[in-house]
Amino acid sequence: MTHPQTLAQKLIARAAGRPQVAVGEVVTCQVDLAMFHDSSGPRRLKPMLDELGAEIWDKNKVVLVLDHYVPAQDADAQKIIQITRDTARQWQLPHVIDSEGICHVVLPERGHLHPGMFCVGGDSHSPTGGAFGCYMFGIGATEMLGVCVSGQIWLQVPRTLRMHWSGRLQHGVSAKDMMLHMIGRFGMNGGQYQAVEFAGAAVQALSMPERMTLSNMSAEMGAQAGLIAADDTTLAYLQQAGVPADKLAQVASWCTDEGADCEQHEFDASSLSPQVAAPHSPANTRDVAAFAGIAPTIAYIGACTGAKLEDLRAAASVLKGQRVAAGVQLMVAPASAREQEQARQEGVMQILQDAGATVLANSCGACAGYGATFQEGATVISSTARNFKGRMGPASVNVYLASPYTVAASALRGRITDPREVLA
Amino acid sequence: MNPRSFNNARVWRVGADVDTDALAPGAYMKHGLEVIGWHCLEAVRSDFASGVREGDVLVAGANFGIGSSREQAAGVLRHLGLAAVIAPSYSGLYFRNAFNLGLLLLTCPEADKIEESERVALRFEGDTPRVIRANGQGLTCAPIPGFLMDMVDAGGLLPLLKQRKQG
Repeated sequence: MTHPQTLAQKLIARAAGRPQVAVGEVVTCQVDLAMFHDSSGPRRLKPMLDELGAEIWDKNKVVLVLDHYVPAQDADAQKIIQITRDTARQWQLPHVIDSEGICHVVLPERGHLHPGMFCVGGDSHSPTGGAFGCYMFGIGATEMLGVCVSGQIWLQVPRTLRMHWSGRLQHGVSAKDMMLHMIGRFGMNGGQYQAVEFAGAAVQALSMPERMTLSNMSAEMGAQAGLIAADDTTLAYLQQAGVPADKLAQVASWCTDEGADCEQHEFDASSLSPQVAAPHSPANTRDVAAFAGIAPTIAYIGACTGAKLEDLRAAASVLKGQRVAAGVQLMVAPASAREQEQARQEGVMQILQDAGATVLANSCGACAGYGATFQEGATVISSTARNFKGRMGPASVNVYLASPYTVAASALRGRITDPREVLA
Repeated sequence: MNPRSFNNARVWRVGADVDTDALAPGAYMKHGLEVIGWHCLEAVRSDFASGVREGDVLVAGANFGIGSSREQAAGVLRHLGLAAVIAPSYSGLYFRNAFNLGLLLLTCPEADKIEESERVALRFEGDTPRVIRANGQGLTCAPIPGFLMDMVDAGGLLPLLKQRKQG
């Protein structure tokens, strides 16, 4: 007899070659796709593979993205980029995306993901792939070595924490606010390395970039994966991304069965206010109104979390026809070149530039803290995922996390502002 | 050295929610473990990097290692010679990285009882580690599966894969 299974269990069972799997058991899964970038990838993997005298198990299943150290800020970064490019050539990797955007955004954009897959990424925001109905999670470089050698990885079958959002978000409230609210409620390890699944009418109403924000910040909730069952919105995105029709044939089966054992939590999207996380934790979250006295010197719209097409549109809807307040520096680092081009065609980039934005490269930028970061004493409001002390600059930098709407409204008024006031 | 047993290990205490940026700050990520080691934990405990010695242990609050997948955040503690980390809970991603690099993480619900600078010992009873405090009090930790301890015994996944290839 088969028991009702969660989406997580179904995805893991398929990858483990089993009819079903039980929560808590340790299984070995076949990896359908492994993604790594210029920081976690060749510079770390090549010496280890050489030492073992081993090769990558299946180069077609590997995607390399250069996004962390590009564009090079100094000679050390240039060296890392050179090693990455040289190794990509030597290994003859068929899928290399160089300086065209952030890994979690370009991976689905280029049609590498589809529902039912089991994937790993050499980056903690790899749960982003869960928005496409993939079981995807982040691993370190040494564990990636294990995957590269064997094509396999172990995991303990997780419980599912089902975040059920009914109602509909107000105009000016977004997926980022939903996530900050959940992280504030459950804490940075509230996901307990289990699978989180996002469901309900308010989730189904979200575009793919917005859903990616939910899955992406599952990392900040301490979950291993952040899943969303595929629907027509997913299919439309993937068809446009060039995923072949045969890979989208069985999509409806990748969902949590009725009666499957989940820990369900209920939320009402209609009553959610914009959320802000104060320094120095994404779990340090309150309603935007609590921060009305804070005057940011920098407004940053960037990263895989907060500079996708939908995020750029959100910021532009607030800033249209206006300029940011004196004393505020607005920076925009679109998450991918393609999304930036789409935003340009829609007039979104022009609105942002007319508002005074400095447009930065399509890379991880200040969010990773690996290159150019913020100056001593800066007060930053940012659409990124993490505000740890010392991450985006010196320990004296205070970073407030918020949605692109709230970042734009705060840049406009010169103090942290509820975007609904501006949009009204 | 048997990684499953130590005596008289000096304790360094840090609080809850120690993140990977504190362990391996982004500004130094382009460098190797030696440079990262000079700056390890400087945002939360500035005397750590210069004062830590081979065989010491780090005792932390809940949610140790939250944040990034950068395994240097685990590797740096091995580089600095720590015998183990003792905490009530870890980021799941950090937990995997640590064992892959041969760093022993002890999941100890009562870690908060351990005091700064006290000396502790470690013993295994089967797959269950026990931390023994200076006052003789034993703190039972969560069992560690054999396949993870294999990596600790070998010094990490890479040496383990090498052993298996040669064996």
